[in-house]
Amino acid sequence: MSKNNKVTEKDSAVIKFAGDSGDGMQLTGTLFSETAAMFGNDLATFPDFPAEIRAPHNTVFGVSGFQAQIGQKKINSSGDFCDVLVAMNPASLKANLKWVKKNGTIIVDADAFDKKALEKSGYDENPLENNTLKEYKVVKAPITTITKESLSDLELPQKVALRSKNMVALGIAGYLFNQDINSTYRFIEKKFKGKDQVIESNKKALAAGYEFAKYSEEIDTTYFIPKAELSKGKYRNVTGNAATAWGFIAAAERSGHKLFLGSYPITPATEILIEMALQKSLGGRVFQAEDEIAGVCSAIGASYTGSLAVTTTSGPGFSLKSEAIGLAVITELPLVIVNVQRGGPSTGLPTKSEQSDLLQALYGRNGECPLIVISASTPANCFNYAYEAAKLSMEHMTPVVLLTEGYLGFGSELFRIPDTGNLPDINPPVAEPNDPEYKPYARDKVTLARKWALPGTEGLRHRVGGLEKFNIGGQPTTDPLNHELMTKLREDKVNRVVDYIPEQSVNGEETGDLLVVGWGSTYGAINEAVTEMQKEGKKVSHAHFHHIKPLPKNTKEILGNFKKIIVCEINAGQMVKYLKIEHPEFKYHQYNKIQGLPFTVQELTETFNKILEEK
Amino acid sequence: MSEKIIPKRVPNSEVDLTKEDFKSDQIIKWCPGCGNTAVLKAVEDAFPEIGYKKENFLFVSGIGCSSRFPYYINTYGIHGIHGRAAAIASGVKIANPSLSVWVATGDGDAMAIGGNHFIHTIRRNIDINILLFNNQVYALTKGQYSPTTPKSGVTRTSPHGTIEHPFNPAGLVMGAMGTFFARVIDNDVKMMKEVIKESAYHDGTAVVEILQRCVIYSDDAFDILRDKNYKEDYRVYLKHGEPMLFGKDNSKGIIFEDNKLKQINVGEDKEADKKILIHDQYNPDPGIHRMLGYMHPPEMPRAFGVIRAARFDTYEHLIDKQINNVRESTNVRNMDDLLNSGDTFEIS
Repeated sequence: MSKNNKVTEKDSAVIKFAGDSGDGMQLTGTLFSETAAMFGNDLATFPDFPAEIRAPHNTVFGVSGFQAQIGQKKINSSGDFCDVLVAMNPASLKANLKWVKKNGTIIVDADAFDKKALEKSGYDENPLENNTLKEYKVVKAPITTITKESLSDLELPQKVALRSKNMVALGIAGYLFNQDINSTYRFIEKKFKGKDQVIESNKKALAAGYEFAKYSEEIDTTYFIPKAELSKGKYRNVTGNAATAWGFIAAAERSGHKLFLGSYPITPATEILIEMALQKSLGGRVFQAEDEIAGVCSAIGASYTGSLAVTTTSGPGFSLKSEAIGLAVITELPLVIVNVQRGGPSTGLPTKSEQSDLLQALYGRNGECPLIVISASTPANCFNYAYEAAKLSMEHMTPVVLLTEGYLGFGSELFRIPDTGNLPDINPPVAEPNDPEYKPYARDKVTLARKWALPGTEGLRHRVGGLEKFNIGGQPTTDPLNHELMTKLREDKVNRVVDYIPEQSVNGEETGDLLVVGWGSTYGAINEAVTEMQKEGKKVSHAHFHHIKPLPKNTKEILGNFKKIIVCEINAGQMVKYLKIEHPEFKYHQYNKIQGLPFTVQELTETFNKILEEK
Repeated sequence: MSEKIIPKRVPNSEVDLTKEDFKSDQIIKWCPGCGNTAVLKAVEDAFPEIGYKKENFLFVSGIGCSSRFPYYINTYGIHGIHGRAAAIASGVKIANPSLSVWVATGDGDAMAIGGNHFIHTIRRNIDINILLFNNQVYALTKGQYSPTTPKSGVTRTSPHGTIEHPFNPAGLVMGAMGTFFARVIDNDVKMMKEVIKESAYHDGTAVVEILQRCVIYSDDAFDILRDKNYKEDYRVYLKHGEPMLFGKDNSKGIIFEDNKLKQINVGEDKEADKKILIHDQYNPDPGIHRMLGYMHPPEMPRAFGVIRAARFDTYEHLIDKQINNVRESTNVRNMDDLLNSGDTFEIS
């Protein structure tokens, strides 16, 4: 007999799946999110996994997690603390317990809590048998046993059968959230198309988990998250890296210039390269180069011929590309460099997010070497900022650095599919054949952009290169005054982009006691914290910068409208340094976290309240 | 092996061109007597005869004396950064296969700082032409040893002689699965011009090694190949379909015996004469080509001309073919298709 569980309706809920790095937690989390998205929940997800492909079993450092927040309200982040934790072994419990809300639900594979696994994870006693979990609702599910039993008639080798353990866990989670299991079935069928046996075993295991939960005495409450109140339109779930790739594909299509991607695999940026390689039907030239340098250099070559040229990387690769980015600056060619930032320096924390390459993006090249720097702040708006990076780069004939982060690249959220017809036009200054006035470094009077003269065009043969060139004529020269002029022209050209970017917006009142400044992936957490405090009547507003060089026109005005300013970053304070250089007239507070972890809403509200109270 | 070679996609010129069409208005800043000038002359002579539209030639270079080349020839051009010419040129050619792409590079630029790009470009068989100016020294930085400086060579950074084994560019090209390798010397502009034309028509990465001296830092480089007394004995000019003969009045020939190449005097032994090799530059197997590339005096002559010109698919051809295949197998034809493919739901 199935029980009659109490169904609790909730605005939003956070669930985290955690297991060994080979346990399939990423897939489990993705299927859970896809099912929620298809139902119509808003969501934000974040995978959190070790750098090793299969880290040693049952160790805390080998735990792979996938967190999702789903909701009826607008979801801006994957959430601080979990309502539900699924822990496939003791190590996963140990690593994540501090992130579970008191009275939250913890689902464990009780079979996995044997002596050896407990020892390896550093538990002296079995936490299921002492008081460790007394403040939580614990569902001790024999997941391993359920998996074996549910698949016994398939006569699979045990090793193969146990690969479906994650599906049992997903079945339990699905029941707990009243998800439509048929929808999950369809995702499994799609994901494993052509592998009938895998589909069958996964579906059986999923059903078995669902059935177990239905009859489990340890589950007395289930959750229902109603459909989100989204504005009209068509939606899909998207990761930041896929959205970045799509932004460039859309920009190439709109501009009529072929897309070229020169890239070398590096975590956490590789998925952009993968996505573009998948979409070859759209005609983009996707070149996996022999190294980071060849990635950017091939893009520069492609740019000279008239392609929308892109190179994608993360911190260490960004360092390797520095010299070539300088070449793109001095040749004044369009080029978009995407840096999906990770923890540094050097190899640093390859799979963890950080915002520590901002100063490198702004200043990290030899010589006076200005370029446009913009950043995305959510997985979905990676699409818009990739599109804008391409547009600014081509129209202003300058490299653009687009900063995203591992947290954005791997994270996902609902994406309202844009009508591509409404995307802004892209009109690069392409030189006309046989233009008698053409000179390589003659400039547009307003933008200072030089013309893009494409090889193959009659009457425009010219040379560009890394040597300083005479203004207008373009011959190599070391003329002292010309070098000073060209240096200033390159800087001025980038600064004039300010007239082509939107003014900085503020979330909340235009004046007040505290302005919280952020950029990049911290948007969700800061937004939630500030909104919460505004509801309490506090005069706090939030300015999230997407345009960093140049800063929006009204930056000074906004900063001047508040009694206090705090700049929050996942680094040791880079945006704050930059603001001190650009606007030294203001005093800045700063809040920094350098742990490879995102901000929690709680720590932000505590910090902001403290600053408000200070005299 | 390729199934089908797609012919060159570079458009032909509708008018007859002369070398004046490629003359640059820049003052040439190479040292008087520099071998680079000979290469420039050969290129100016060869380009009008190749037949392509003048706007479709494009030169890319890295850093070094030879890398100033793009400024001295009137084509589209990119003077790049040290070692990266092949990578830049790869992007050019993949993005626009209708261009005839030329790289001017030196032994240091191509094989030291740019070694990685050099071998991978060759491996991919991207249709670009690499003019490799080999003077066995770093000249622009004033006389340091390079990857081709002979062992024991004294330079400013090897005052007691280098202890490094030099690269043989032919070996490197064929080791990297190269499809075209030719060798010329700077005092034979006529041969250089013919080889440059042939490299232009080759589909795939064509490497032309130009043996040259730097009048300042390696004035004696390849002297033995220039010496009037030895020149004929130490040079064999290979021509496809012709026997490998050299020396005064073609008195010497090359045979393959005891697992190696040997030279014989023609007419001494009729049986041996029958074994004189006929040059097959199109042989897909690089075995003999590699041995020819490695020959050197005094035991053997140095091989000149087109040593290898094997026919394999180019990268650009394969990328286009793949794009077409993918297009045929999917309904995703534009951005709207892509955005609306997969799992979507509507809120009305």
